[in-house]
Amino acid sequence: MHVPDGFIDAPVSVAAGAVAVAGVALSLRGARRELDERTAPLAGLVASFIFAVQMLNFPVASGTSGHLLGGALAAILVGPYTGVLCLSVVLLMQGLLFADGGLTALGVNITDMAIVGVPVAYGVFRLLITVLPANRRSFTVAAFTAALVSVPTAAGAFTLLYALGGVTDVPLGTVAASMIGVHLLIGIGEGVITALTVGSVLAVRPDLVYGAERLRVPLQLRTTPATGGGR
Amino acid sequence: MTRRPRSNRTFLLVGVLVALLLAGVVSYYASSRPDGLEKVAADKGLDRGEEEHDLADSPLADYQTDEVGNERLSGGLAGVIGVSATLLLGTGVFWVVRRLPRSQGPRTGPADPGRG
Repeated sequence: MHVPDGFIDAPVSVAAGAVAVAGVALSLRGARRELDERTAPLAGLVASFIFAVQMLNFPVASGTSGHLLGGALAAILVGPYTGVLCLSVVLLMQGLLFADGGLTALGVNITDMAIVGVPVAYGVFRLLITVLPANRRSFTVAAFTAALVSVPTAAGAFTLLYALGGVTDVPLGTVAASMIGVHLLIGIGEGVITALTVGSVLAVRPDLVYGAERLRVPLQLRTTPATGGGR
Repeated sequence: MTRRPRSNRTFLLVGVLVALLLAGVVSYYASSRPDGLEKVAADKGLDRGEEEHDLADSPLADYQTDEVGNERLSGGLAGVIGVSATLLLGTGVFWVVRRLPRSQGPRTGPADPGRG
């Protein structure tokens, strides 16, 4: 879903760029709370893994393919703020090194896939984890659904930006229907890849999965008063 | 909570190897059909204003490595470079984020320099 240059006009591209900068700045603050000495290296791995899997287009309906966006994957593995940063790093690399996603459209792409896609994915995941019983199957279902929903949502965000600043004048209903329709199909692939990946990490290192704390042995909250108050 | 004796090193190493394998080898077998947005754009005419990428001449444009004739090698090399570059930038960013001062910590620093 990498938007090239010349799809969205300059003012809306600039505005999306401002949204992207603000979102990344907010995420830089938020990520400090999500990352510790163990998970910070994992976040770098998650970014490079998403880059790799984004290269693996899988066929969907008639003459179309899709690939992982990775918003749900990143949010569940390393947390939503860190996830936004992971996707932004990937999109920056793709635009700068591989001419994938226009440079003037970088803000549009970060906004659609990272700023919108990641929190939506994480919200759906959190919601399902809360209402479903706390077990591995619920975790898989939540991961799949979060990933599935995030892709057409990102497509919807693109449609919204197109409505505001599309260079061409294709009827909005047509853009919305075809974008969301095809990305619903791609979302199924996104869901499968995400569920498989987070499931694999959960199987070997559940302690590294940000979104899995409910599956772990609960930490004991000690309420004994701190003695000395940190020297 | 019991402290896990296992280090992250094995996990990270295996993860990086999987990413390199996917981008370097498996990517050759990826579908070359247009992706969702490309297809919709071409079918409905969203791409009538499309401009060429500013870096379309970059040595790695479109996930192919310049000067490498073999398509499998060319794409695989681009994938390996991309995974490595993303890993470096990502790790660097998160290393810095991890070390930024926490302005909103629950406690203030041990000593407030000056200013009574």
